[in-house]
Amino acid sequence: MYSIKNNNLYIIVTSNTFSFTMNCKGFILIGALIISGLLVAGCVDSETQPGVPEELRIATTTSLYDTGLLDHLQPIFEERYNAKLLIVSAGTGKALEYGMRGDVDVMMVHDRAREDTFIAEGHGVERRVIAYNYFVILGPESDPAGIRGTSPEEAFRTLFEQGTAGESGIAFVSRGDESGTHAKEKAIWRSAGYDYATDIQNSGIWYVEAGRGMGETLVMANEKEAYTLSDKGTFLAYKGDLGIVPVVDEGEILLNVYSTMLINPQTHTGIDTDLGKAWINFLISDEAQEEIATFGVSEYGEPLFFPAQGNWERMGVPQSEVTEPVL
Amino acid sequence: MNEIISGFLTALHLIITLDPGVIEISIRSILISLSSTLIGALIAVPIGATITFSEFTGKRFLVNIIQTLYALPTVLVGLFVFLLISRAGPLGFMRLLFTPEGMVIAQTVLILPILVGLTISALKGLDTTILDTLRSLGATKIQFLRSVVKEARYAIMAAVVLGFGRAISEVGAAIMIGGNIRGHTRVLTTAISLETSMGNLAVSIALGIILLMIALVINLLLAVVQNR
Repeated sequence: MYSIKNNNLYIIVTSNTFSFTMNCKGFILIGALIISGLLVAGCVDSETQPGVPEELRIATTTSLYDTGLLDHLQPIFEERYNAKLLIVSAGTGKALEYGMRGDVDVMMVHDRAREDTFIAEGHGVERRVIAYNYFVILGPESDPAGIRGTSPEEAFRTLFEQGTAGESGIAFVSRGDESGTHAKEKAIWRSAGYDYATDIQNSGIWYVEAGRGMGETLVMANEKEAYTLSDKGTFLAYKGDLGIVPVVDEGEILLNVYSTMLINPQTHTGIDTDLGKAWINFLISDEAQEEIATFGVSEYGEPLFFPAQGNWERMGVPQSEVTEPVL
Repeated sequence: MNEIISGFLTALHLIITLDPGVIEISIRSILISLSSTLIGALIAVPIGATITFSEFTGKRFLVNIIQTLYALPTVLVGLFVFLLISRAGPLGFMRLLFTPEGMVIAQTVLILPILVGLTISALKGLDTTILDTLRSLGATKIQFLRSVVKEARYAIMAAVVLGFGRAISEVGAAIMIGGNIRGHTRVLTTAISLETSMGNLAVSIALGIILLMIALVINLLLAVVQNR
């Protein structure tokens, strides 16, 4: 379930600590604990010694991590480049914040509009599109709002009308956390003719802002027998535990495009450019694209993500963002 | 109910098979929280003793402030330390974000008020005859402080246990500062949070049980030290 690194060192440290604890009294206990504190620091220092893998800091949107895709790709890359990937999984909003502060080398996100702003402001460079899938509107099997098979915009309009009219059994759980999925939800409301801040938020108890990750939001929608918007990957990974089902899964606006980019080394110091470029080029390589295309098929019966390669027209992105390696 | 039962079974399985991943994050949890408790105690006990035995205006107000900070929200500490050590922050050059040392700093800040406040309470509870005797024997300031801390060691130890409990069980600061990076900064609480968001509820419960068992063992060890 978890990989082990530096494990031996940690075990030696603890046995020292405990033998001290057993043999010595009060004040010396404190001394032993200081040593253990210093050794914790020592463990980390040892990682920067020569011959030890180079570290690459990656902030990723939760869906790429919680589905297990990055766990699947990580060992392949680490072995080939003698690298250690330090992957921080957070919503797209938070990932962008880490990038803006220069706390990571590479970002993996899915919010084209905010990515454009991020790049325009000089924080990110070399965006490459790595994968896509579709968002789905989920709801109870019985579909009390009767939105099955409609367009996403029409479905949202119906939910709004019935929800604000106070019809029983109609509720919508929103991520409400400035994630990429939340941004997509706002885009659908906008496309359906609503102003998100004035029309939707605070429009009644039917609209629930969870403020949580995708997994927690799915669980909440399931408990409340409510509707929600989810990326397909996380939904499939969760499917076994859920009673809510996809009711709307077709519509141009439901397209979900995942990108990766390097934090601009010109505006932020200490960015690991070489390894970052290697990671981006690895993700758009034939090999990784093949891994993305087949990931989850045996477990879930269908792929969680579609490869970007050959699909740039469908995603509406320039071909160069899919095929051109970063130099 | 099923999840709770299978959580217990999973915990048993993970412990009996000595699952290397679980052992790794458990040891990391213990080391990080012990380090912060210890650093915290080293800072807090002298400060607490100094405050207790010196007279100055605003002393009572200061103690009130310290006691208010017992309620310091972990996420707020996380945010504060994040802004301090993020690369764009004043200590950014040290590159402490997403490292175990960064987590130790955050947890130390988190538990300092408890350690200082309870040290003050412990020393206040001392019999005044002890203090008078020490003074009449002409103890230097350092000798005096060492002796009173020694007299109050059981109560101070209780404060340390409480601080350790708060450190090892908090998730807000650990996830913000550590980033829950596998093999690097993932500890029990952040792993529980991740497993829950991945829908592996039984594993989450199992990790929670393991965390409680660690707390039990640490408390038993301290009880042994106390009873000598």
